[in-house]
Amino acid sequence: MESQNRLFSRMAEAIVIGNKKAAETLAGQALAEKLDLHEVIEKGYIPGIQKVGELWEKGEYFLPELITSAECMKAAMAVLKPAMESSHMERFSRGKIVIGTIEGDIHDIGKNLVASMLAANGFDVMDLGADVKLERFIDKAQEVRADFICLSALLTTTMLNQRRLIEMLGGRGLRERFKVLVGGAPVSRKWAADIGADGYGENALAAVRLAKELGPKGGRP
Amino acid sequence: MIRTRRPKVELISRSFIEKIIGEAFTILGRPGVFVENAEARRLFREAGEAVDEASQRVIIRKKLVADSLASAPQTIELYDRSGEKKYIVGHDHVHFDPGSAAVKILDHSTGQGRKPETADLIRLARLTESCEHIHFQSTALVSGDVPEIIADSYRLYVGLQFSSKPVVTGTFRTQGFRPMFEMLAAVRGGTDELRRKPLAIFDACPSPPLKWSNLTAQSLIDCARAGIPSELISMGLTGATSPVTIAGTLVQHVAENLAGLVIGQLAQKGAPVIFGGSPASFDMRKGTTPMGAIETMMIDMAYAQIGKYLHLPTHAYMGLSDAKVNDSQAGLESGMGATLAALAGINVVSGAGMMDFESAQSLEKLLIDNEICGMAYRLIEGIAQRDEPLASQLFEGLGPETQFLTMPHTRKWYKLEHTFPRLADRDTYDAWVSLGKKSMADRAHERLDQILEGTAPNVADGALQKELSRIMLDDARRNGIHALPEISIA
Repeated sequence: MESQNRLFSRMAEAIVIGNKKAAETLAGQALAEKLDLHEVIEKGYIPGIQKVGELWEKGEYFLPELITSAECMKAAMAVLKPAMESSHMERFSRGKIVIGTIEGDIHDIGKNLVASMLAANGFDVMDLGADVKLERFIDKAQEVRADFICLSALLTTTMLNQRRLIEMLGGRGLRERFKVLVGGAPVSRKWAADIGADGYGENALAAVRLAKELGPKGGRP
Repeated sequence: MIRTRRPKVELISRSFIEKIIGEAFTILGRPGVFVENAEARRLFREAGEAVDEASQRVIIRKKLVADSLASAPQTIELYDRSGEKKYIVGHDHVHFDPGSAAVKILDHSTGQGRKPETADLIRLARLTESCEHIHFQSTALVSGDVPEIIADSYRLYVGLQFSSKPVVTGTFRTQGFRPMFEMLAAVRGGTDELRRKPLAIFDACPSPPLKWSNLTAQSLIDCARAGIPSELISMGLTGATSPVTIAGTLVQHVAENLAGLVIGQLAQKGAPVIFGGSPASFDMRKGTTPMGAIETMMIDMAYAQIGKYLHLPTHAYMGLSDAKVNDSQAGLESGMGATLAALAGINVVSGAGMMDFESAQSLEKLLIDNEICGMAYRLIEGIAQRDEPLASQLFEGLGPETQFLTMPHTRKWYKLEHTFPRLADRDTYDAWVSLGKKSMADRAHERLDQILEGTAPNVADGALQKELSRIMLDDARRNGIHALPEISIA
């Protein structure tokens, strides 16, 4: 037990300092030792990413630390996932998200930040990349039975496509099926409200908070 | 008489410039750049460069860049709508213009941003026309009352009707070039006349890192062939889409711009190209792109210095702010930016009126920034020797009653040596109180009303207006739009 706890704290530490190699190696060790993978995630990795969130909130961590840690989290999960039964994964998942930078816009740095943080916080994230056609968002969301469609736009000109997507959903009778979250430099809370989006996140952590709040598992911490 | 020195600031040494350019060449040689546009790739292939069609990657050898630098003009001439007034873009001449494509306008009465409409675009063009220190207009607002698909051509359509100044603009779609080109040619009375007397600059932005998208490469090619100057707008974000160090971002910036320069020259040898950009010091806390950051301005000044070293006209987004209202931050960032841009001798300086990371335009700020630009111009005029001797003769007969107010020397020079702002507050405290304790933004708003109500618009003549309307309507119809907002100055 003692050694297991030490392993968990090393996992958390690997996430906090952003050591991808260690995060992966420790995940491999958990597999080799046939540990309960749920416990590994809940007691090892999750406390790590939570600590990272705290350090961010305190102003000690900036984006490079935040995103490096999120990437480490993703890498560790990639090692553990194949060994977990899908029903277990479902239980762990906070919800399915289809995310991308909208048609006409090739800027995806902000979207990448949000996708990383969502994945690190237990969401199943399907990142469609940049310059994503509106139909593709909808097709993919239907295909994977997504809970959320997240739309990013950096250009003031392409942000208008966010409204079009919501209108398209309405036109196909799918508006209630998905929660639509919008973000991006020119986007504002008011814009989100104007176009009838379900929410707006001003940064990656706000997006995580929002998705947790609106997601199928509601307010689970 | 001593020659007046034009004050100038250079941030980096010659050897540093050469090192940055050297590394940019290294990148262009390996890994090369992504070019999404098939025609541009064909041009590279025909020039003997290695092109990988599958990955769309193009290797650009130093020799081709050197040839392109040799064939690109060192200065560009722009002419106003009448074709009479000429502006030289090059050397250390500085021309300010309002920034680009804002989707919000700051409403002074509510203090809130709102969606711009046709009437706002008309006001913007008319106010720009009135600003003596803002030489060029730009299509700085995206009109919310027309469908997005024609938003690019519509901005130009309004601007050309209500301001005579040369215009900084650009396309949002590859099909946008044709109607915009037709409008510009209509002003000149033909495409050859337009080539001889360019009226507009088109911005083309590569996608960091190291990619020229289909739209932007097409714009470079179309402009090169039409003789329309292209402005290369590299926009790395330090530590996000470009290296985090300022020098590292400059390497990428130079590589992206040189690739754009080559595309233009391959499309048409001698095509006018401006070495520009809109990079930013990426904020690692907020994930935003502050245009008012001092590091952003340092990057701008340094790449402009490199552009000058390469004998190209230069451009930057400076003299703008990230503030959301016309507060101290708006003035401080815009004032610093415009001043530094002028000191750096940047030829086209875009940003007047802009705020909120290039997403909003304030007409009040435009008028305030006009005054800032005036101060910057005065600064770079430098200190002149007006007399020989300078002043010692004025002290002959020095006594307790000596004063300078009534000297002929004063009367002769005061208006040349000193400027008189219209909006900055130089009143005594009591006078300021009696005038209603107004802020600079309040005074700018009043001034705005005076200009719009008290001066006649400089509108295009009737025949030209008709032709512009025809081109705009054709473009709209091609896109399934059959009605446009009414154009009126009421």
